[in-house]
Amino acid sequence: MINLLNTTRVTKWLVSGPPFLYLTLFFLLPSLIMVVASFRYPGDYGGLAPLFGVEPGKETGLTLETYRFFFSDFIYTQIFIKSFGVAMASTLVCLLMAYPLALLIAHSPRKHRDFMVLLVILPFASNFLIRVYAWMIILGPQSAFSLAVNHLLGWFGIAPVPLLFSSFAVLVGMVYVHLPFMVLPLYTNLEKHDPVLLDAAQDLGANAWNRFWKVTWPLSLPGVYSGAALVFIPVLGMFAIPDILGGTGDILIGNLIKDQFLGTRDWPFGSTLSIMLTIAVLLLAGITAMISRQGVRQ
Amino acid sequence: MALLEIRNVTRRFGDLVAVDNVSINIEAGEFFTLLGPSGCGKTTLLRMIAGFDLPDGGQILLDGKDLAGTPPEKRPIHTVFQSYALFPHMTVTGNVSFPLKMAGKSPDEIAVKVKEVLDLVHLSDKGESFPHELSGGQKQRVALARGLVNRPRLLMLDEPLGALDAKLREEMQIELITLQRDVGITFVFVTHSQAEALALSHRIAVMNAGRIEQMDEPSKIYSFPVNRFVADFIGRINILQAEVLEAAPDHLRIRIPGMGEVRAPAKTGAARGQKGVLALRPEQVRIAAKIDDVADENHFPGKVRDFLYVGDITTYIVDLNNGARIEALLPNSATGRAKFFEIGDAVKVAWPKDAGLFLND
Repeated sequence: MINLLNTTRVTKWLVSGPPFLYLTLFFLLPSLIMVVASFRYPGDYGGLAPLFGVEPGKETGLTLETYRFFFSDFIYTQIFIKSFGVAMASTLVCLLMAYPLALLIAHSPRKHRDFMVLLVILPFASNFLIRVYAWMIILGPQSAFSLAVNHLLGWFGIAPVPLLFSSFAVLVGMVYVHLPFMVLPLYTNLEKHDPVLLDAAQDLGANAWNRFWKVTWPLSLPGVYSGAALVFIPVLGMFAIPDILGGTGDILIGNLIKDQFLGTRDWPFGSTLSIMLTIAVLLLAGITAMISRQGVRQ
Repeated sequence: MALLEIRNVTRRFGDLVAVDNVSINIEAGEFFTLLGPSGCGKTTLLRMIAGFDLPDGGQILLDGKDLAGTPPEKRPIHTVFQSYALFPHMTVTGNVSFPLKMAGKSPDEIAVKVKEVLDLVHLSDKGESFPHELSGGQKQRVALARGLVNRPRLLMLDEPLGALDAKLREEMQIELITLQRDVGITFVFVTHSQAEALALSHRIAVMNAGRIEQMDEPSKIYSFPVNRFVADFIGRINILQAEVLEAAPDHLRIRIPGMGEVRAPAKTGAARGQKGVLALRPEQVRIAAKIDDVADENHFPGKVRDFLYVGDITTYIVDLNNGARIEALLPNSATGRAKFFEIGDAVKVAWPKDAGLFLND
């Protein structure tokens, strides 16, 4: 009996031990280092000041200074809000563009589907930065696209607008880069739907709109949620696209954090921003989960 | 006027004629069954009645009006699908109220009707359950309730009992009969199980290769099959190659190769020299250790080759001395011994001269 008990306990550790160790090493420890760093002082030449005083008059030890600083200037909260706005807009546009495409692929003949999925992920074959730089050319003032758009605006009496180095360009870049991350989970979900459910709905009197809205859409929600998470979170931390395509005002959290570590070399404040971002994302995820659970109950 | 009139309907898929010039009239209140092996065209016919498929030729009329231009969602015909097709994201109440919501009924009316129909199928306490929390029989009842709740003119059931185990299937058969009688809605039942068809239907259409072989009441189809296919498909039957020796007005004299001469009931159109089969139900065949020579019976000696004991009856397979093989069915209800013969026992088989049917091959 005791032997059996021991065996199950050993088996349990054999199964859950490696993932536990992996998460501790590569997730928990780095996060802890980040948390500790956010409470420390910056070093004289970047990096972190020592924890224990060696020279008199130097700031050492732990402090809440970086957090006070974060809340002292509203600009940081503003950048957070703006970043969440951009992330939500990108997620929404991705969803609107990806859903019809995913439906189309899922309803195509089986032999064509793999090829169509391949087309969706094909852009990953070329370098991310090169693809974003390509948008600089497409959106640039001399591009055919830019000229056409401004010509069109001219008909309505609107003065020419620069497309590049704008929030619009950032949104275009974000959507372009993250679209496949929305298409794939949606397709994976939609492909599994039993077509007889749509027949049943139609047989029971549902027109095309109701068949989508009452059957396909609610059944696809798991795919929508994972697609949204796969777009929202990376967009929130993205700094390359605003750097390349955005204007001077298009600073997002990603840029801010990057600047703290690579520009001003204020590691404690960079760590603080990262932790605030993590907290904000977790809060949002928690709220979303609560809302969706309530939705299921109804 | 018939409720549903199927007039010379034909449906082709490439070279395959799935439904071949089929005409059926289904009366209001009827329990009508389409019976046939898989691939006989019954499901294609069902899909055309529901509106998911259109005939290449012929018409389908409901209350005398052609349905050709009416899409499935506008037809007052509902279907219970073989896989039930319950919406997994809706509760039982959600599923059952779906057709009412689509028809734009008021919430009050929906609540009343859903409660009524759930009472009818004995699922009043399962309203808040999701389909994955239900057993097979319960899912079946939800699918029925969902099909019935908006009182369609016609409810079609596509092999609805196929996924249930034998005991449950029998229970559901009885429930289906009661339900159909209580609600008074016309049922069109599709199945490949002859036992189900015989037990449930007012009328049966036996289909094969896209055509209707015979359409009649269950007892007529069982007792008087019109051809070899129907005889073979409905119930167990001995099929013996036969040739007509004499066609008298009141009886036939036929020769069965390897067996000899037998008498069979008269058949219109049978002529001397005509080849066909003699179809003989196992329950019409008597089996005994010794048979007194009764003049009006066909009888042959043989040996028990095998038997199948299934409780209420025993089926004996008897090899006749002249090489033919015949099945005989004996009830076990006789007092005394439950089993009568062992393998290898010498027996005599006999059947009355008015039993058996001569059929065209």
